[in-house]
Amino acid sequence: MFLLEGIKYKGILDINKLTIPEKMVTCIIGESGSGKTTLLRLLNNLISSDEGEIFFKGTNIKEMSPMELRRRVVMLSQVPAIFGGTIKDNLLIGLRFSDKPQVSDDKLREILRLVHLDKDINEEAEKMSGGEKQRLALGRVILLQPEVFLLDEPSSALDENTERIVVERLVKYVKENEKTMVMVTHSREIASTYADNIIEISKNKSYR
Amino acid sequence: MDKIINLGMWQLVAAYIFIVLLLFIVKIRGIAREKEILISTVRMTLQLMLTGYILAYIFQQSNPIFTIIVIIIMEVFAVHNTFKRVKSELSPKLKRIIALSLVGGSLISLVYFLLIVIRISPWYDPRYFIPIAGMIVGNSMTGVSLGIHRLVEGMNTQKHLIESALMLGATPKMAARQVANNAFDSAILPTINSMVGMGIVSLPGMMTGQILSGTSPLVAIEYQIAIMLGICGSVSLTVIMAVQMGYKTFFTERSQLNI
Repeated sequence: MFLLEGIKYKGILDINKLTIPEKMVTCIIGESGSGKTTLLRLLNNLISSDEGEIFFKGTNIKEMSPMELRRRVVMLSQVPAIFGGTIKDNLLIGLRFSDKPQVSDDKLREILRLVHLDKDINEEAEKMSGGEKQRLALGRVILLQPEVFLLDEPSSALDENTERIVVERLVKYVKENEKTMVMVTHSREIASTYADNIIEISKNKSYR
Repeated sequence: MDKIINLGMWQLVAAYIFIVLLLFIVKIRGIAREKEILISTVRMTLQLMLTGYILAYIFQQSNPIFTIIVIIIMEVFAVHNTFKRVKSELSPKLKRIIALSLVGGSLISLVYFLLIVIRISPWYDPRYFIPIAGMIVGNSMTGVSLGIHRLVEGMNTQKHLIESALMLGATPKMAARQVANNAFDSAILPTINSMVGMGIVSLPGMMTGQILSGTSPLVAIEYQIAIMLGICGSVSLTVIMAVQMGYKTFFTERSQLNI
């Protein structure tokens, strides 16, 4: 799905060649500061590499419209973004950003169940805890139904039990819907349990 | 209407007693401000005298060149002052946009106001052109300074939200919409608020001046209403131009944030 060749970025990343397979769960692990988030940002074209090329399904991402790429390859940051308003507003804003049609309240409730968030859709989003906000942001991304999910530590603010439930459901959803998932995680255990592929990055180099 | 009382030199000198009073107060209270008070009093006096003589000369000449020179000086000063007023670091691109929107927006409003609303003839009549240009350019400068300040501040503090919107596939326009709207809103709010209190809380300077110089208050309010609308229009136009073009400078060609 992704092919990276000769990628260099500000002394943080130096990747000779890397492929990320389609319709699989790939986990990125590595020490902090090794460039895991930077790699996701490059794939989402939120930043551009200093050298090298990135291909998405055979097309150089430089030749794609950045908006089109990001709508197909959606990224979720580690710190959840809350845009003000209710849970419903926060779920729907993603659809607006990506020019997709709005959905019913029932669909929104279904998404909340999927991310294990037992909340009313009309509650104020800002009042939720850090872990709840993280699940809301994850729900917003799932609602967009992109081809690829780039998730930056999507369960870092969750307790162990909730983390297991959420990741399990997420992986199940990805497999059932034949999506591709690239997830940065701090947990080797999560990576070894759920990943089909593991990319380990150490400072200045990466290998699979 | 009575002719205005011409202030003689001794009458003006008598007015300086207020400064003497202020100096006396700061001296007694031990506030070290005497130097600034003296400098600002002297500067105010000299600058106004100079302006008075220059305006008297320009009014006598009735030559379009002088009017054009004055408006150029005003615009250059306004652009320069806006750069100084916005505390944040401005990129060269944003500086060009400030200059373009301030000069373009205020000139469009000014030309419309003078030629369509007031209908002055000849078009360069300095007695109308210069004071009205001063008010329109001055207020637009304040609006653009405030708008750009809020825009830069908003782009920096909301960086995470803007980038999160981009990650989901938002265009830069969608991602920066809230910040741009807030910047526009805070820039036009002082103008809107000043209209609310006008005539009750404050008697505007232009209207007061006209009344003092013998114009009927009814004519003075007509001018005041018209100029307030003109100011409102020019502030809106310059600020929307600055904000609309300004937010784009925070994004690269690949729709990435560059802050």
